[in-house]
Amino acid sequence: MKPTENNKSFEVSLSSYEDIILARQKVKSLMQAMGFSLLAQTRIVTAVSELARNVVIHAGRGTMSVYEMIKTNNTKGIKCIFEDQGPGIQDIEQALKEGFSTLKSLGLGLGGAKKLCNEFHIDSAPGKGTTVSISEWLR
Amino acid sequence: MKKDIRRTMGEVTILSIGSNIIVPIQVELHDNTARKLQTEILEKIEKTGAKGLIIDVSAVSIIDSFLGRLLVETAKMAKLMGAETVLAGMKKEVVLTLISLGLTMKTLHTALNIEDALSILECLTGKRDETNRK
Repeated sequence: MKPTENNKSFEVSLSSYEDIILARQKVKSLMQAMGFSLLAQTRIVTAVSELARNVVIHAGRGTMSVYEMIKTNNTKGIKCIFEDQGPGIQDIEQALKEGFSTLKSLGLGLGGAKKLCNEFHIDSAPGKGTTVSISEWLR
Repeated sequence: MKKDIRRTMGEVTILSIGSNIIVPIQVELHDNTARKLQTEILEKIEKTGAKGLIIDVSAVSIIDSFLGRLLVETAKMAKLMGAETVLAGMKKEVVLTLISLGLTMKTLHTALNIEDALSILECLTGKRDETNRK
């Protein structure tokens, strides 16, 4: 599953609700240009919305970096990496469970984002910030 | 760039037609504009005494867990103010995404379009008038 080439397309700094919309719009237009189906666009942009909101709400600020990927067999994909220096997550497994929330929300954000993409990776520790990456491949 | 963002976050028009309120969401709502819209809808119900509320999301390309919850909440609030809510025009991609996300919105009345939503409201509010009379 190792992408042979990763080209960074753009980066969006996330610190307000407006930034979440900007992140969504930019990912959507890149996916559109790459030829993803409307359903794939909707799923990934929804995941982007959940993850970008997590950054803004839990960490206050962070970034989303977006990469265009090409595998050796020419499959194209997109990867979005969300990074913040916020409080981090104590128990990642628990945080991914449906209904888990520290802020009285529905608790669908993180676990939901995982369900919406092909690949999901999270790295976090208390006091160390959080990095979440999601990928979707064009088939 | 900034200018572009602002344009996509314009106001949402709230239409009052007969005893119904229709809210066509034509812009991308961020969290605060969505909350503001919720308040405005409740104010409009208070002012007009509307019995039905149709929220048209046919132009909405993304409903995430925040907006989904807000819509469900809005319907509950409207109900407490005596108005029934029908969510109209959800796109199939949005539906598939919501189900994957685990957000079922079970408590919401839904319709394919505004016309269907109006006939659902007719049923819902008509039924209530009858029970009130009894």
